[in-house]
Amino acid sequence: MAAAVSLKSKPPQGEAKVWLTAMGLALGIVMVAVLLGLILVRGTQVFWPKRVLEITLREGSASGSGPVLGEVMVRQRNVRTGVEEWLVHFGNKSKEDPGTSYRFVASGDVVSTREPLEVMVAERMEYGDAIFYPVRLTTRDGKVMEAADVDFPAALETALEKAGGERRQLLALERKEIGRISKQLVKLENGIKTDPSRETTNRAAMAVLQADYEKLAEQARGLRAALTKDVLRVRVASGGELDQPVGELLHVYQPNKLSQGGRLALAFQQFFAFLSEAPREANMEGGIFPAIFGTFVMTILMSLLVTPLGVIAAIYLREYAKQGLLVRIVRISVNNLAGVPSIVFGVFGLGFFVYTIGHHIDEWFFASALPTPTFGTGGILWASFTLALLTLPVMIVATEEALGAVPRGVREAALACGASKWQTIQRVVLPASAPGVLTGVILAMARGAGEVAPLMLVGVVKLAPSLPLDLEAPFIHAERKFMHLGFHIYDVGFQSPDAEAAKPMVYATTLLLIVLVVVMNLSAILIRNKLRKKYAAGTF
Amino acid sequence: MLLAPSEPRSQSLEAGKGETLDPAYISVRNFNFWYGPKHAIRDVSMDIPEKQVTAFIGPSGCSKSTLLRNLNRMNDLIDGVRHQGDILLGGSSLYDPAVEVISLRKRVGMVFQKSNPFAKSVYENVIFSLRVAGRNKKSELDEVVERSLQGAALWDEVKDRLHESAYGLSGGQMQRLCIARAIANRPQILLMDEPCAALDPIATLKIEDLIQDLKKEFTIVIVTHNMHQATRCSDRTAFFYLGELVEYDTTGVIFSAPRQPQTEAYISGLFS
Repeated sequence: MAAAVSLKSKPPQGEAKVWLTAMGLALGIVMVAVLLGLILVRGTQVFWPKRVLEITLREGSASGSGPVLGEVMVRQRNVRTGVEEWLVHFGNKSKEDPGTSYRFVASGDVVSTREPLEVMVAERMEYGDAIFYPVRLTTRDGKVMEAADVDFPAALETALEKAGGERRQLLALERKEIGRISKQLVKLENGIKTDPSRETTNRAAMAVLQADYEKLAEQARGLRAALTKDVLRVRVASGGELDQPVGELLHVYQPNKLSQGGRLALAFQQFFAFLSEAPREANMEGGIFPAIFGTFVMTILMSLLVTPLGVIAAIYLREYAKQGLLVRIVRISVNNLAGVPSIVFGVFGLGFFVYTIGHHIDEWFFASALPTPTFGTGGILWASFTLALLTLPVMIVATEEALGAVPRGVREAALACGASKWQTIQRVVLPASAPGVLTGVILAMARGAGEVAPLMLVGVVKLAPSLPLDLEAPFIHAERKFMHLGFHIYDVGFQSPDAEAAKPMVYATTLLLIVLVVVMNLSAILIRNKLRKKYAAGTF
Repeated sequence: MLLAPSEPRSQSLEAGKGETLDPAYISVRNFNFWYGPKHAIRDVSMDIPEKQVTAFIGPSGCSKSTLLRNLNRMNDLIDGVRHQGDILLGGSSLYDPAVEVISLRKRVGMVFQKSNPFAKSVYENVIFSLRVAGRNKKSELDEVVERSLQGAALWDEVKDRLHESAYGLSGGQMQRLCIARAIANRPQILLMDEPCAALDPIATLKIEDLIQDLKKEFTIVIVTHNMHQATRCSDRTAFFYLGELVEYDTTGVIFSAPRQPQTEAYISGLFS
């Protein structure tokens, strides 16, 4: 019975360690969940239209005096002074007062608040949001409409749509037509440089283009003037009135009149605008479409570069190289490459791809454009190459493991059928290891899409004038600089003049970066699962 | 219908002419084989006749599979092996430097213990050896698929799902698919390494029947642990023990009147 007694008296061995492992996992999950939750909540809050309060401040208080209009973003207690304070979004920045649109207001200074129904929020082309009471609209055909009129909202909407159309026309004119002319002018100028005999003909052609340019510029001036013709008279909280050209407004809404459904619809509308528009105002306003697109194109390009490179390297290492000291050293080195700081890869990319290869490409193929570099400067191609190098170790390791996992029996079967070693690898081993290779692609994409530091050296810019893929021949512009969500987060969060206004943008951009990476990974995982089903090992 | 008669095997006939009435198609000459320091095959000499079934029996680790895998030089893949002596196939040495392993393996098909179909359709599995040989003519491939699957007694079961994954087949069907794949390119010799070890009795019977059909066309060498199987389907039997060929005779003699005491002990189940 001694055995039975000892069994009973002994505490269960290892139970505590099981709990320890579970705690480790739980801690990890909680941290990820909290981070994602924070980003999700803060990132989506940006788009939710808040109620606007008219806050009456105590006369002569530090926060200001008299009535002001603003959206209360946060109510918090100041950690240093212990005073409760509100973070209020006042908007209404202007040329004369370009400061910040967010200010803290001590709650003790607030005399009263109310929610005026007629208050209006407008997103402007410049200086962010404006918050005001509409007074009257004077349209270009001389009609005057008071804000109290039944037709006022419809008339304002019409004026806004007309302005939007004119802005688009203006943009098309400046970007496409005038851009085309200036490109041709540069070309002709370069032509004269390389071949002085063409001077007279080129000068004549340039004069014709110059005349075209004058005509287009005149058209643009007309459009710009038209944009100032409709005028909305507005009253700010303090009582002063001023004229606001409708042409400067993107869209308006009356937050305190909106129903819950209307709010939701508006939130979605703002979200899609954020997704699809280009940034304005030094990236503080507008959308982030170029950054999303740049990140996407770069990640895809990187995957296309790293996959063949990694697979070929892994095939040689695993299948052909004689296993020995040298191969062991190579393998350790490859694994250690994964630990090299990414900025080092950036420096290498700059030195090797941009300054060496890019410079030579320019000398051989784009000599006429020199000294303006084409490939001899950062661009999406070099950024993708740099990140492909950065993610190569991940790819090699994953592929090697996948190759090693292909059963010996299958290889032998192929060889016994008279296949050569290469045919065996190509027709049997590689297809069977495709799911593992895709795991490598997934890991590489996750790593690559989140990198920022090396990109800053090899092609990312704060604001790219054009996308790396567009409808202009030759459609793929591998030499163009591009925008990237990761860099955008850094730029908006740490390089912008209005820190409080930047915060929500940072959260929203982070959210989108995570969503983009998740979506790309999910599609790769879907493909992998399909392949897995196809190549599942045969069992009895 | 089975495989149509293949091209005349002139080499083997020439080699066999002067020696015996029953031409020794494969002949192993004083063959020794080492895995690193381990002496796996000790001085084995034997002649394996054409178009008969020859069974290798013996306890585990007696190197019967090793000898089989030397017949198509599959052991070349393993690091640190070496050999002494020679194996002649139709009179010419397997180890002749002029022999290309790939063309050798085209003449010697192999079926493994564990069925190992490729992650491809039934159709692509069967014609794999033709594909790697660069033969891609649709009409020829269709014909080979039907003939090989009929040869492996699988045609009726899979003819409606030729283009589905081979992994959808049952274990016995997979093994017969592997046989079909091995005979698709019309090899002269078919090596079978315990082809029924992982199969149930019914599937085993089917494959044994198949072996009887196949021997009309192919020279078959089969390794088996199952002595009943050896008696049922082989014409000649070789008993190996600890890397040596102990006794080699017609199956009837081995199982009814073995000359060596070890053989008798093994076939009567005293050790395994």
